[in-house]
Amino acid sequence: MIGWQTRRAGIVRDALGVGVATGAYGLSFGAIGVAGGLTVAQTCATSVLMFTGASQFALVGVLAAGGGAISAGVTAVLLGTRNALYGLRLSSLLGLTGLRTAVGAQLVIDESTAMTLAHEDDERARRLAFWSTGLAVFVLWNVATLVGALAGTALGDPETFGLDAAVPAAFLALLWPRLRDRRARWVAAAAVVIALALTPVAPTGVPVMAAAAVALAAGLHWRDALLPGAARGSA
Amino acid sequence: MIWAAVIASAVGCYALKLLGLSVPSSVLDRDWVRASAVALPVALLAALTAVQTVGDAQRLVVDARLAGVAAGVVALLLRAPFLVVVGVAAATAALLRAVGAG
Repeated sequence: MIGWQTRRAGIVRDALGVGVATGAYGLSFGAIGVAGGLTVAQTCATSVLMFTGASQFALVGVLAAGGGAISAGVTAVLLGTRNALYGLRLSSLLGLTGLRTAVGAQLVIDESTAMTLAHEDDERARRLAFWSTGLAVFVLWNVATLVGALAGTALGDPETFGLDAAVPAAFLALLWPRLRDRRARWVAAAAVVIALALTPVAPTGVPVMAAAAVALAAGLHWRDALLPGAARGSA
Repeated sequence: MIWAAVIASAVGCYALKLLGLSVPSSVLDRDWVRASAVALPVALLAALTAVQTVGDAQRLVVDARLAGVAAGVVALLLRAPFLVVVGVAAATAALLRAVGAG
């Protein structure tokens, strides 16, 4: 078992790494927002207030495609449903109360959830993972959005730098330790199959949401066998 | 209209985040509910990884992203640290694009 000092430094370093990786994508969100017809202020407000990448790209994408404000908003919120599901799991891991719940809620995103789960065996570690990742991504995502919006498309395509491969690789790396468990591997595999099978036929965002059904089925099937003893009831 | 869409959907997204964190623990007291909540992020993150690797709007596309993520898997199997995994994935995809593949 590594010492807490070493582990703490590792968590903070990884959190900053995740922040830089997603921040780089924030550059493209800023550029795409302005290109999609939003002002710089509207683009930045989206990153500060909404702060959930998939929803933001969907909002701008639908608006840019002429989809209208209502369908843009509905799509964005539908994609945000994922964060509510993350919160269900995080609430018992983080034990947030009062103001911390209100502030922490805004930081409930893919990246902070994945980092929390990667460190769920230890209470200090998972709290640090959640807050450091959430704050690092929040700061870098918003700075990058502003820079991207100001620079417009002059920055070039993030795909040139392979960032569209870096993002899923980061999620996979964060999920990796969980996949040591055989049942978790089944859950992940079934989720992948469902999401990819639905991608050609369902609206954007639905395939990932639909994978939640796998978790429900796994919960009903395995019950307490899925519950990690050390990771529960910190609240 | 754009401001209305931005603010309304931001409120909606925040409400969803808060809702998830605020569901009383008594709701989670049943074994199958807790087990499902444990499995949920695994399922959603796996699905997200897959869709981001080969999805392009409503199409499935094999391109440099898949090669990049595959290189990342190799790095993971070699027990590389997180940032190395991400770097290897990005560099692989970027390299393939630079030489005109994917």
